Amino acid sequence: MMSSSQKRAEYRLLFKQNVGGRLVVDKIMMGIVFGCVIAAVIPLGSILIEVFKNGISAISIEFLTQVPGAIGSGEGGIGPAIQGTLIIIGMSSMIGVPIGVMSGIFLAEFGDNRLGRTVRFFNDVFMEFPSIVLGIFAFLVIVLVLGHFSLWAGAFALSLIMFPIVARTTEESLKMVPMTYREAGIALGLKKWVITFRIVLSAAKSGMITGILLSVGRIGGETAPLIMTVLGSSQFFSGVDSPMDALPLRIWRMSLLPYDSAQMQGWGAALVLIIIILAINITVRYYFAKKSKKGNILSKLMGMRKK
Amino acid sequence: MDGKQDDIENIGDDHLDSEKKYKMIAENVSVFYDDVEAVKNVTMKFKERSVTSLIGPSGCGKTTFLRCLNRMHDMTKNARVQGRILLDGEDLYAKDKDPIYHRRKVGMVFQKPNPFPTMSIYDNVAAGLRLNGVKDRRILDEIVEDSLKMAYVWDEVKNNLKKPAIELSGGQQQRLCIARALAIQPEVLLMDEPASALDPIATQKIEETITELAREFTIIIVTHNMQQAVRVSDYTAFMYLGDLIEFNETKKIFTQPKNELTSKYVKGQFG
Ligand SMILES: Nc1ncnc2c1ncn2[C@@H]1O[C@H](COP(=O)(O)OP(=O)(O)O)[C@@H](O)[C@H]1O
Ligand SMILES: [Mg+2]
Repeated sequence: MMSSSQKRAEYRLLFKQNVGGRLVVDKIMMGIVFGCVIAAVIPLGSILIEVFKNGISAISIEFLTQVPGAIGSGEGGIGPAIQGTLIIIGMSSMIGVPIGVMSGIFLAEFGDNRLGRTVRFFNDVFMEFPSIVLGIFAFLVIVLVLGHFSLWAGAFALSLIMFPIVARTTEESLKMVPMTYREAGIALGLKKWVITFRIVLSAAKSGMITGILLSVGRIGGETAPLIMTVLGSSQFFSGVDSPMDALPLRIWRMSLLPYDSAQMQGWGAALVLIIIILAINITVRYYFAKKSKKGNILSKLMGMRKK
Repeated sequence: MDGKQDDIENIGDDHLDSEKKYKMIAENVSVFYDDVEAVKNVTMKFKERSVTSLIGPSGCGKTTFLRCLNRMHDMTKNARVQGRILLDGEDLYAKDKDPIYHRRKVGMVFQKPNPFPTMSIYDNVAAGLRLNGVKDRRILDEIVEDSLKMAYVWDEVKNNLKKPAIELSGGQQQRLCIARALAIQPEVLLMDEPASALDPIATQKIEETITELAREFTIIIVTHNMQQAVRVSDYTAFMYLGDLIEFNETKKIFTQPKNELTSKYVKGQFG
């Protein structure tokens, strides 16, 4: 019988011996990872640069505040579209976020049963739905029933896109909160819903906010459902019951026109849309970073937690 | 295990001053995870204002038993508890009583420090009070200070109560968790290896805390550290494979154990 130290020496020989070669493999893997990052960043970056380059020249106070001018004139602005996009994002969030958060809480905390699994399944199916189908749905149940296009219908359609995303990310964030915090709450004699809303939810906040912002970004750029619900308009807001313009609609219309001036305005509108989404992201993250005093604001903005 | 039941009967008859009454009584408690019996027909009585250690090799059911004493198993889907547990003579598992009623009398400290991550030191200690409806700022301040003092961490944190709790060291966090448990004014304190993740100095501090707290509370502590059991506890229970093998005064368990297994275990011959 071999002594155990002999045995251990033999085990060691079983390891791959070629350390130098493995270091090379290590380098190559790093290179591939880095290459993939570059491959992803280049198109993204060039899109941003392109939009910025083309769009910046269109932007002026007039462009941001005026109603659109005559087709092809290159005059007027996208005031109603900006207003419409902000209102639609606000309204959709008002419907989609609470429903999504509540569904997420249900799935994470009470969803370990048949009902939960069913809801989760339909939620996932919903998330995969092409947005145009949701647009048609809103068209059928709201626009056709009421007999006219309206902001309501648009907000309804977009909230249908929003809530499954919010529900799923909320569920995932809540499930990431370690069991031990819930147990601590139980040991303190707290009721289940108090633990969920006052302890677990606050620990899951940063993940939930990311999910909500993701869904805002997603609906901010939706075009198809809006064509069938808010229709588009060249006037400023006149009520939630009337048609309204939105940036994606404006971009889509203008970029189809055969005039250079209109296309320039399309680029300008695209740039404005990107800036709006970015601004919402930064504002929300900044707000919550300031509210929870820990960690510096920069790391909060990046969505990272200080440990 | 022969003679086991006798040892249990002995408690309260021979060794203990009969002035103290039983705070908690576990009668024929068995716990199943699905069909596996992790705690087997355990009967134990806990005297008021005493410290009882649960010792035994890893996996013998110490944690599982401890978690019966505040109905923590209600959370675990596959766990089933049998038998009776009395707290001040009232059945802990009575159908007509919300477990919350009992849990407020029983504090728990976990193996790993688990302060609420998004809360400050102050808010952690105040959490159990606030979320149970105490709003008066003056009372909160008073209880927070008092609890932190009882947990021997006040001096280290009194100048930055607003600091996030997770920025404290492991030992401080654990004492903070003790303070949080004490803040709801429990009468029984359950501790599951409270010092196992801590360095020797923090461990010593926690042990001092426990000794001090024993004047007021009934403490049941799981530990895998036998010296710790000797240092802090009045009574010691030795468990093995889900059975309660021997339960007696700590001194007796460590100097003249009646059971062969206990004797081997406390001599460090297995486990
Ligand atoms: N949630 C669970 N599901 C199934 N088995 C479990 C669970 N928790 C603990 N056990 C088992 O029950 C036994 C006792 O575990 P535990 O009480 O944690 O032991 P100890 O605290 O003494 O180390 C072990 O065999 C363990 O594997
Ligand atoms: Mg354990």
